Formats: sequence, C-alpha cells, structure tokens
Amino acid sequence: MRPVIPYVTAALLFGLGVYGVLRRRNAVLVLMSVELMLNAVNLILVTADTTARAVLPHSGQVFALFVIVLAAAEIGVGLAIVLQLYRLRATVAVDDVPLTESPDPVGGREPAVMNSETGR
Amino acid sequence: MTGADVLLLALGAVAVGAGVLVVTTKHLVRAGLYLVVCLGALAGDFLVLSAELVAWVQVLIYVGAVVVLLLFAVMLTRAPIGASDDLDRPGWPAALIGGGAGLGLTALLVDAYRWSTVTLPSAGTAERLGEQIFQSWVLPFEVLSVLLLSALVGAIVLSRPDIGRAAPQRGRTAGDLVDSETGGRR
Repeated sequence: MRPVIPYVTAALLFGLGVYGVLRRRNAVLVLMSVELMLNAVNLILVTADTTARAVLPHSGQVFALFVIVLAAAEIGVGLAIVLQLYRLRATVAVDDVPLTESPDPVGGREPAVMNSETGR
Repeated sequence: MTGADVLLLALGAVAVGAGVLVVTTKHLVRAGLYLVVCLGALAGDFLVLSAELVAWVQVLIYVGAVVVLLLFAVMLTRAPIGASDDLDRPGWPAALIGGGAGLGLTALLVDAYRWSTVTLPSAGTAERLGEQIFQSWVLPFEVLSVLLLSALVGAIVLSRPDIGRAAPQRGRTAGDLVDSETGGRR
C-alpha cells in the first residue's frame, strides 16, 4: 500500500474545503465545505495510523472517531445558528451579515417583537 | 501497484471529483448529494486502509445523520430548487488560498512519502478500537460526552428564541409586582 495516494487525496480535499469556505455565500454550503475539510483530516489520521508506528496501536483511528463526533456536534450547533440567522434576516448569505453591528431592526419577526418589548 | 493501490486511486479520484462538484455546483440540493458521494468514497478509503469501525461510523454518522441534517437545513431555509447564480462570491482570493493550501500540502506530503510502501497493520475492528478507547483514551472519551451534551443544550437554546427572553421578562414582572406591593410604581 502506497500511503502517498490517500495523503494526496486528503490534501486536495482540504484545499477544496478551504476554497469552498471562502468562495460560497450560502451558509449551508459553507458548512458542507467545512465537512470536506474535517473529512480530509480524518483521512490523514487514518492513513497516518498505517504509516506511523505509535506506542499505542490504532491511535489514529481513535482520533478519527473523535473528530467524527466533533463534526456531528459542530454541524448541530452550526445549523441551529444558520436557522436562527434565517429566522432573523430571511437570508443565509454570509456576506449579508455585518460583523460590527448595533442591534438595528432590519425586518423579520424578531426585531419587531423586541421593539414591542422595549416599548412596553 | 497492488490491488489496494488501485482501489485507493479510484476511490480518491471519486472523492476529489465529488468534492470539486460540491464546491462548484449551482444547485444547493445537488451539493448535498455530491457530498454523500464524496463521504461514501472516503468510507471506502477507510475500509481499504483497514479501518473498519471508522468506515462504518463514517457511513452511519456522516452519510446518515450529517447530510440529512444539511438537507433539512436546505429545505428549512427555503433554498431555490433550480440553479441559482448568487451562491458564489467573486473567487480569485478563494482560489488562491484554497489552491495554495491544497497544492502546498500535496507537495509537502509527496516530498515526505515519495513512492514508498508500507504494509497494512491489523484491521481496526470494533473490538480493538474499543480496547484502545476504554483503556488509553477514557478521559478524552468522557470529555467528548460532556461536549456532546453542551452542543445539544446549545443547539436547543439557539433554536428557541423565547428561552433567552423569558428570564428578563419574568424578572421585570417580579419587579413590577414588588413595586405594586410597595405602592411605588414608576
């Protein structure tokens, strides 16, 4: 088995993930690109398990399992954030979100509710 | 070139091709389906690399759960069904950085491993990985369970906007009650 083949696959997938995160506007597509990067890391870990003889056997595969669990947690919280963004702004385009922002009502349901509360 | 090499090459080509389609396609739903192809090819890679348990966990969690969640998000955000032109930013910095990262890592790894061969270690079955996890990696495993719990609670709190607002409201009404009891309403 030549380890350079899966290593190069993982490197190319990681580059594709970086490209997707920077290129895509839709937040769901950004999350998909993050999944690509995490999977590239998983492939590197599993391949390193075959090439590097560690003290503990199968450490790379155990780490890959941990990364899969982390990715599942990340996707859950990330999608909650994306859905909340959609509820507030009616858009999921990431460059429509100003990074420095005073809480001004830009439409959507939530700012109206907040206004009625603060006006009370 | 042994059989494992040929399999790795084929599965790697499928994975990279599907990855290219994920980051370039104009259809949101198709991006999710290409992601399934990419993750499935990677699961096959894991099987060839003798990581059985990781491969099946990959199929279960990624293809089974994560992609379904992503497709749910695509549906819940009312994504357009057909092709949409506003999915991308102007892309030369992204191409520069992504291509730089990918090709740089490729050059690094090719230089490190050349065309060397290794023999595959014993298969990572559930029994062997379970021994490792529950002997050497118990503490990270437990920390991971705490992290999953906090992610669960965080996702629930984030997706219910009435939770964060209920507390100050209750505090205000309690204050109003106190005020009305003392008779000093502002």
